[in-house]
Amino acid sequence: MLALALVVGGQALAIDTEAAFDDPVLQHRYEAINRELRCLVCQNQTIADSNATLAQDLRREVREMIAAGKTDDEIRDFMIERYGDFVLYRPRMTAQNLLLWGAPVLLLLIAGVVLFRVIRRRGQETDIETEGPEAGRS
Amino acid sequence: MKLKFVVPLLLFVALGIFLFVGLFRDPRYVPSPLIGKPAPEFTLPSLQDANYPVSSKELLGQPWVLNVWGTWCGGCREEHDTLLAIAASRAVPIVGLNWKDDNALAQRWLAQLGNPYNVVAEDREGRTAIDWGVYGAPETFLIGPDGIVLYKHIAPMTMEVWNKEFLPRIEAARAAAGSRS
Repeated sequence: MLALALVVGGQALAIDTEAAFDDPVLQHRYEAINRELRCLVCQNQTIADSNATLAQDLRREVREMIAAGKTDDEIRDFMIERYGDFVLYRPRMTAQNLLLWGAPVLLLLIAGVVLFRVIRRRGQETDIETEGPEAGRS
Repeated sequence: MKLKFVVPLLLFVALGIFLFVGLFRDPRYVPSPLIGKPAPEFTLPSLQDANYPVSSKELLGQPWVLNVWGTWCGGCREEHDTLLAIAASRAVPIVGLNWKDDNALAQRWLAQLGNPYNVVAEDREGRTAIDWGVYGAPETFLIGPDGIVLYKHIAPMTMEVWNKEFLPRIEAARAAAGSRS
């Protein structure tokens, strides 16, 4: 049953009733790009998942651009020019979201500095305690 | 060493404010990358007469409004009376972009409800709409005399939005164009 579900699920990649390209390489590119582009009327779906008219139109644009020999980057740029970065499911790094991309590294650095200082202080505190009696003796 | 407690607290409050504001932002509103850029050009058949092309180039030199609509769109019916009132004020030309619609239905809509548009371009294939980054009708764009997109409103047009967002920008664009000439 699980095997059957996997087989059927594996085939249900694109919503189109028939393949857009005879060439399997082009078809693969077509499906891969569609899975990266957001359908803006049905925001939690890619244009590969959605049958909204806008998703159909955008798939048509992708199909025609691939057929016209455009590269994947050119197709992505076409979409970003019109719909903004939100159209991408894999966001790019831009000046506006640099902080968001950098935040994990930044937080890790801050945590590291805090941790380092806490450990060093604790070390000093224990030193004072062990030194205490010795200092009294001398 | 009060700072040790104050700094995390401040950070927490700042994060809380960001998240709280985020609660009230509409994820369906996607800001247009077109604002401040040249409006995409189009030449499409007129809805009323396919032999008469509507070209965005003819509109250069004045501020104008592009309203994306379709008879299948509930919000378009909702804003229709507002558009009629705006058209009656003769503030700017209103160009309709009839998006993926049936020609006969669209013509009947205008005949029955009244026509707020100076001209309606028919985008049967939805290609011009994609060029303009349209994703949900009704959408209304304001274009300056130099062909630059000044503003985009996504949702049915209301008098409040028109008076607050569109009219001041139209006046500013006219003033800027006037001082240049």
